[in-house]
Amino acid sequence: MSTVLPNVTFHERVDDALRNEILRTALDRATGRFQNLRRTALASLPDEGAVRDRARLIRAHTLSRLDAYLEQFAASVERAGGHVHFAADAAALNRMVVEIAQQHKVTSVVKGKSMISEETELNHALEAEGIRVVETDLGEYIIQLAGEHPSHIIVPAVHKTKEQIGKLLHEKIGAPLTDDPAQMAAAARAKLRGEFLNADMGISGVNFGVAETGTLCLVENEGNGRLTTTAPRVHVAVMGIERLVPTLDDLSVMLQVLARSATGQNLSVYTNLITGPRKADEDDGPDELHVILLDNGRSRILGTEVAEILYCIRCGACLNACPVYREIGGHAYGSVYPGPVGAVLTPALGGIAPWSDLPQASSLCGACREVCPVRIDIPRMLLVERDQAVRAGKMPWWLRFGLHVYTFTVTKPALFGIATWGARWGTRILGAPNKGWIKTLPPPLNAWTQSRDFPAFAAKSFRAQFQEYSAQKKAAQK
Amino acid sequence: MNANAPRKAQLFVTCLIETLRPEAGMSVVRVLERLGVQVEFPNAQTCCGQPAFNGGAWDDARAMGRYTLDVLSQSDAPIVVPSGSCGDMLVHHYPELFAGDPKYGPLAEQIAARTYEFSQFLVEVLGVTDLHARFAERVAYHPSCHLSRGLGITQPPRALLQNVQDAQVVELHGATECCGFGGLFAIKMGDISSAMLERKLDAIQAAQAQTVVGCDVSCLLHLGGGLHRRGTNVATKHLAEVLDTQTD
Repeated sequence: MSTVLPNVTFHERVDDALRNEILRTALDRATGRFQNLRRTALASLPDEGAVRDRARLIRAHTLSRLDAYLEQFAASVERAGGHVHFAADAAALNRMVVEIAQQHKVTSVVKGKSMISEETELNHALEAEGIRVVETDLGEYIIQLAGEHPSHIIVPAVHKTKEQIGKLLHEKIGAPLTDDPAQMAAAARAKLRGEFLNADMGISGVNFGVAETGTLCLVENEGNGRLTTTAPRVHVAVMGIERLVPTLDDLSVMLQVLARSATGQNLSVYTNLITGPRKADEDDGPDELHVILLDNGRSRILGTEVAEILYCIRCGACLNACPVYREIGGHAYGSVYPGPVGAVLTPALGGIAPWSDLPQASSLCGACREVCPVRIDIPRMLLVERDQAVRAGKMPWWLRFGLHVYTFTVTKPALFGIATWGARWGTRILGAPNKGWIKTLPPPLNAWTQSRDFPAFAAKSFRAQFQEYSAQKKAAQK
Repeated sequence: MNANAPRKAQLFVTCLIETLRPEAGMSVVRVLERLGVQVEFPNAQTCCGQPAFNGGAWDDARAMGRYTLDVLSQSDAPIVVPSGSCGDMLVHHYPELFAGDPKYGPLAEQIAARTYEFSQFLVEVLGVTDLHARFAERVAYHPSCHLSRGLGITQPPRALLQNVQDAQVVELHGATECCGFGGLFAIKMGDISSAMLERKLDAIQAAQAQTVVGCDVSCLLHLGGGLHRRGTNVATKHLAEVLDTQTD
């Protein structure tokens, strides 16, 4: 998986984000709001815990038999009149979409929101062939106009204020200058209407593929998904191989938690169930449906310790709950998949070597695991990837050495005693000018003292005090 | 007090309390003894190995884990840990680290089964919520992450605090959000850690707390260091220190 900003390091992106007051205000507002909405919506279920347990079971079961369900899904889609393609990697998917477009003499494409298309950079591949691509999800449309990448998997333009968006729409599509969201949406809607009706092909993502019936479930709030998949004569649906559920009943369980977890809606405004292209006795729908299933590293992690990340249903709740995401936003991660899920998924698909920073950007607080509708143990997998990073030689040499020395010392009581005695004296000397508080620690520990003081070690260690205490007690008993 | 409450407990005091906050350890000892529990302190104990584990240096973590398991298995008394994060390490991560190890796998499971965080030990094992303690201050409780989400211990510390006479327990805005310590995270991702810290300090000052109380000295070190850097007089105390203020 390619980095979104390849020439800038993770720490540079983080520093940029931390200095960006507009971004941090936007993130604060959005994540706070979504967290409250999510809690209220889930509380409307009679037994939230039971639904989440069942949802996890459905995903775990599906992944444990993914090959069989993929076969069943493909057969079902074809029975319903659709075409199924399997793409081993990003380049293959892009090639397939371009070929389908060229076969059908497509010159313009409308797109519903699709994280898979971001992962493969599909828009660039189409544009390189002279095919015009228009994003129709309002958030994606905004960032397309701005020439940016999404910073959140549900609300891609969350990093922008309405003032910024108003100006952008005014500059790029001649919308009247405003910061009123309703007026902005109306302007975009008017512009996009024409695009839907003129497009030759619609590309969409898929929230869930139902193996039993070959149904594509597409969840959305704006109606652009409906138009993208019915108005143009060809519909291409792109999805990850892991996004299956066995039956429509299973789908109904997933739908109980998806919108609630993502935006706090009990159900999104439109829930589309698409089974095959337009049938002979139907008025609406495309002539042809193509479903492209993308692997791009997913099958390689099945059966490994990070396989559980494939349960993800892309609700974004973990992003909204993450105290790190709230401070740095999505772009800092440098990946199309940011936040807690992205910190695990990106190295899992793209390799630990280029992405070793992401699993470190967490205090392992567990807020993500707490809100995940399918109870994915993200902290566990971050730890697994940290172990992978160390074995790939990605831990700084001084830290590796320091931990070896620490381990050696604390597994030998005499050495532990000497080391703590030395540290006691060292810190007490450093803290002497400030009543036992150290203002500056030597590097690399100076990262601590940038924002915090550090106390000198206590004059008497616990065990020294306990020994005295025990001796006094014994003496008193005599 | 529970009828079959244990009469003995081993104290795994943790490296941070050993070196930086020994008074909290002494408070744990006195509180337990007042409740009729004899405290054993296996002298060879050092560190549970969590920093290495969290950093991904699992060979080092296992070495410290084997050492700690050997130390704690010399006695069959239950183990009390005055730390949510070290408690979580012993209870959840040792069994994970040693899964499949013929000797340390079963040993880790056995030790985990009789390891309790301090507040959990008082409330759930001993059945006590009132220590007849007195602490006349505005007190803010900080629910550390490994304690509340890792071990699922949310009520015991609050129940114990509620019974402290004259203590005015104030709720912090965003109380359950991570303070930003995260172990080595505080150094490796120092800028993010500091940003998270600033939010917590703002909340503590907005609540006008005089003392921040928690069950993890790691968080208190981070919060206390920030509070001192800001020039406040807000103190930090381990829960045991607040409970070790007996009135009778």
